Amino acid sequence: MKAPLNWLKDFVDINVGIREYVHAMTMSGSKVEGVEDMGEGIDKVVVGRILEMEAHPNADRLKICKVDVGSEMLQIVTGAPNVKAGDLIPVALVGAKLPGGEIKVSKLRGVESYGMMCSMEELNLTRDYLPDAPENGVYIFNEEVKPGTDVKEALHLDKVIDFEITSNRPDCLSIYGLARESAVTLGVPLKKPEIRVREEAGGNASDHVTIEIENPELCPRYSARIVTDVKVGPSPYWMQHRLAAAGMRPINNIVDITNYVMLELGQPMHAFDFSKITGSKIIVRTAREGEVLKTLDGQERKLDPSMLVIADAERPVGVAGVMGGENSEITEDTRMILLESANFNGTSIRLTSKKLGIRSEASLRFEKGLDPENTIKALDRCAELIELLGAGRVVRGIVDCNKVPKRQDTIRLDVDRINGLLGTDIPVEKMVEIFRALEFEVDTNTMMMKIPSFRSDIESAADLAEEIARFYDYNNIKPSLLSGKEAMRGKKSYKQRMEDVIRNTMCACGLNEAYTFSFTSPRVFDSINLPADHPLRKAVVISNPLGEDYSIMRTTMLPDMLRVLATNYSRKIETARLFELAFVYHPVEGQELPEQKSVLTLGMYGEDCDFLELKGIVEELLAAMGISDFEFRPEREDPIFHPGRTASLMLKNADGTFRKAGVLGEIHPEVAEKTECPERTYAATFEVAALIEASTPDRKFKPLPKYPAVPRDIAVVVKDEVYVADLLRAIRKAAGDILEDVSLFDVYKGSQVPAGMKSTAFALTFRSPERTLKDEEVNAAMDRILKSLEHQFGAKLR
Amino acid sequence: MKQQLESIQKKALEKLETIQELRELEDFRVAYLGKKGELTSILKGMGSLSPEERPVIGQLANEVRNALEAGIAAAKERLIKAAREEKIRQETLDVTMPGRARKLGKKHPITLVLDEIKEIFLGMGYEIAEGPEVELDYFNFEALNMPRNHPARDTQDTFYITEDVLLRTHTSPVQARYMKDHKPPIRIICPGRVYRSDAVDATHSPIFHQVEGLVVDKGVTMGDLVGTLQVFAKGVFGENTRIRLRPHHFNFTEPSAEVDVSCWGCGGTGCRICKGEGWIEILGAGMVHPNVLRAGGIDPDVYSGFAFGLGIDRIAMGKFGIDDMRLLFENDIRFLRQF
Ligand SMILES: [Zn+2]
Repeated sequence: MKAPLNWLKDFVDINVGIREYVHAMTMSGSKVEGVEDMGEGIDKVVVGRILEMEAHPNADRLKICKVDVGSEMLQIVTGAPNVKAGDLIPVALVGAKLPGGEIKVSKLRGVESYGMMCSMEELNLTRDYLPDAPENGVYIFNEEVKPGTDVKEALHLDKVIDFEITSNRPDCLSIYGLARESAVTLGVPLKKPEIRVREEAGGNASDHVTIEIENPELCPRYSARIVTDVKVGPSPYWMQHRLAAAGMRPINNIVDITNYVMLELGQPMHAFDFSKITGSKIIVRTAREGEVLKTLDGQERKLDPSMLVIADAERPVGVAGVMGGENSEITEDTRMILLESANFNGTSIRLTSKKLGIRSEASLRFEKGLDPENTIKALDRCAELIELLGAGRVVRGIVDCNKVPKRQDTIRLDVDRINGLLGTDIPVEKMVEIFRALEFEVDTNTMMMKIPSFRSDIESAADLAEEIARFYDYNNIKPSLLSGKEAMRGKKSYKQRMEDVIRNTMCACGLNEAYTFSFTSPRVFDSINLPADHPLRKAVVISNPLGEDYSIMRTTMLPDMLRVLATNYSRKIETARLFELAFVYHPVEGQELPEQKSVLTLGMYGEDCDFLELKGIVEELLAAMGISDFEFRPEREDPIFHPGRTASLMLKNADGTFRKAGVLGEIHPEVAEKTECPERTYAATFEVAALIEASTPDRKFKPLPKYPAVPRDIAVVVKDEVYVADLLRAIRKAAGDILEDVSLFDVYKGSQVPAGMKSTAFALTFRSPERTLKDEEVNAAMDRILKSLEHQFGAKLR
Repeated sequence: MKQQLESIQKKALEKLETIQELRELEDFRVAYLGKKGELTSILKGMGSLSPEERPVIGQLANEVRNALEAGIAAAKERLIKAAREEKIRQETLDVTMPGRARKLGKKHPITLVLDEIKEIFLGMGYEIAEGPEVELDYFNFEALNMPRNHPARDTQDTFYITEDVLLRTHTSPVQARYMKDHKPPIRIICPGRVYRSDAVDATHSPIFHQVEGLVVDKGVTMGDLVGTLQVFAKGVFGENTRIRLRPHHFNFTEPSAEVDVSCWGCGGTGCRICKGEGWIEILGAGMVHPNVLRAGGIDPDVYSGFAFGLGIDRIAMGKFGIDDMRLLFENDIRFLRQF
């Protein structure tokens, strides 16, 4: 809400500097977003009248003018094509510092000039503010002003304060409402000018028009006045300038007056050309199926029965509270008008305005819920201004159709409760003073208060506490820290601690944490080669997305990881290692909300990145989480991954079966190509819940070995397709308890072994916790191992 | 013989001075003290001495032996020290060479800020609560005193899935869910992802992160809110940070406040970061609205509480001086490795 300072001053004495005022208002709840000083930098510019004008002897385009600037007569040379003797124009005097530079005495083709006539642009103003300014040339006043008047006064160049008004305070979408807040904030009285209407037209408004409300729940009140002998023309400068400063375009005196009253009192108004109202009847009703109305903006609007309209006996003449119809618009020929001041249901206005795509100054006020008691005052103010401007003669009386239901409008001032909620010790007298300034009627005997009709936001003690707190100043509340309350335990849950373990382990393994968007494009499924019927394609769809690229909630994070890797790769970054811990969302049949699953995704390419590096990281993670019962199995079915270089992580269930907790491997070359990732890109994805379920919080100490270890090596040649995991399992089984550890240390393929075969070498450590092992025991174990490998895999000792 | 011994001692000790290597020293020891060494062979001639001379010479011989042994030990020590010093000299490195690159990964700046905030509130006895991102309209709006068609809903450009299901626009629905399942006293923070229909640019993102805080107990005051926010602000932005509360309006709190912290760029004197204001708005807060307590099954005549919500992304940007929000979601390694 833009409020010109001088307009506010009509209702409140602002006795402090602008900076202090703005700060005080912000701290009492009317946040100031900015202040525009329209007259900034415009000094020593006054109104002048051109008395004489003659041609310049040495230049065709220049003219020499004698200009009356009040205190003296100046000779000014001008090249403006649009001025003539008698015109009132802005004159920048010698010494004036305009945004364009300082004015000096100058000689133009031999003739001295003592000032400059100014255009709109030279005064740093826009056409919104001076709609009557010429396209180019000097601005000419179209209204009588005394020569010598400071142009800031003549053009009402004011300081305009932009207030942010919260949705609960529609009463502050008005100059008067803001003046009320200012008065309480500054501790000065609110001026309440008496409105006087002469009603000179004779007759009664009710003789001219009848009003019928068909839907009182959508329109609790409709009040109207009739004005005759209307003379439509421009409104005076002061009004035009205030409207423009507040951000509304001046149109004509009648429309300007209705807008002026809306800005001043917060009650939207509308003026109908009464000659266009058929049957002398206003009916407030919902639109009929198929009805159309051309609104004031020239657009044909299709109406439907959810919308409230203002109609005459035959047809709609306006969309209630949103915009008037062209069929009853004020024109130059209008002679009689009906002034509407009504109250509409906020929700209904909001929905209609949304449906029609019209947001007007009227609708944005109505939709917040306005004070039904304000309609009469606004009508009277309108009438007063019409009389003041000589824009018409007001007919006696108001036609007021009032169906406002009685509402609870008293509340108890519970001082202890307010202080208890705020943690303050504010005396009752201070509270009463604040509420009276806010126009609550306080009975200090019963402590009951009557809530002013414009404060429908006040419902409970908490609301009262806010009123007190904001004028007491929030920052005067003494800070405390829940003293005297029961102490509470702050601890992460097991799941939250495990998530920390995951992040820490990923970082320790050199992976950097990524954050990607949770919504994505349905096309990503094609880029990762997902078959058309793949369950991951079933996603939660956003009904109003920012675009197709952001239109579904992701069911897998791999495409995002691949995109991030591709981004880094395209920027010539040689190595990238990343992880992300986030959610995927799976729709569940018969359930409103989808299943939200926490997923860990890893991705990498570049230096040292290969399958075993990735697997090593995963093994490190499993160790960190205390997961010991797992297996990696070759995974050939996942369409995203290289079928020969991918494994599934299988976690062992309590019953000995295994469940899949994720996949790790090299990205399928086709997918890598489609996603513009390097050829060798590695990724993994795991269900975090499964990992956490398999994890153990406890670690049991194992005594350090007391007896020496016996190291042995064994190398066997087997067929290529034999899995190392199977060899290891066989070795462990054959060796028995005394085998402490076995690890693969070499795999060899080449000239030393036959084609289709590989040599695998293992390092074994034998140890007993109870005694020093004898050579014979170890030898026997080695024999068993070799026999088992020969028997199961056709292995040959190398 | 006595002369002989004295001359051996003199000659040997002089020789010792000249020895430069450990092996030479061993040769020296063998040459004098070995089984066939000079001193040994002289002592073999002891038999020819008179009984009177024998103890005298014997003592002298022992003294010579001791002197040589001490000399050898000293020389050994000198040589070892010299050798060590030489080794040190030779293996001296250019310590200004760059260290060998490590591969430690980094946490995302949002995680870092979140961790810091969690730590502060865990220390004050808060638990961490979580809730769904695809949320019911009921918890996101209705239970928070924003019934259907409430104009305040328009200010939170919402992504909808169906009429009743949406992407949560704030972390506040976790409050509503938590109150349904837990009785006071309640002290929780709820971190998480939130969604608003804002196009992506340097200062906006349709996805960002918030932390919600909720305390409900008997006799909780607005003073407790102010004190808690002070602890939080000092913890995150530094000990000299001040906070300022301005009245505002949220449907789910009453009284409500917007909270500014003194600018981390200038400390409050005004700079480019705070646009000359000296203050930066970082969060919204207030006393839990009675209707919200009621919706959570808590009697507002018995209990009161406060709630606050803040945006993590903007705090991370402020703390680390990140000037473009898009960087947070682009995941350029060169960006991520800076934190
Ligand atoms: Zn600053």
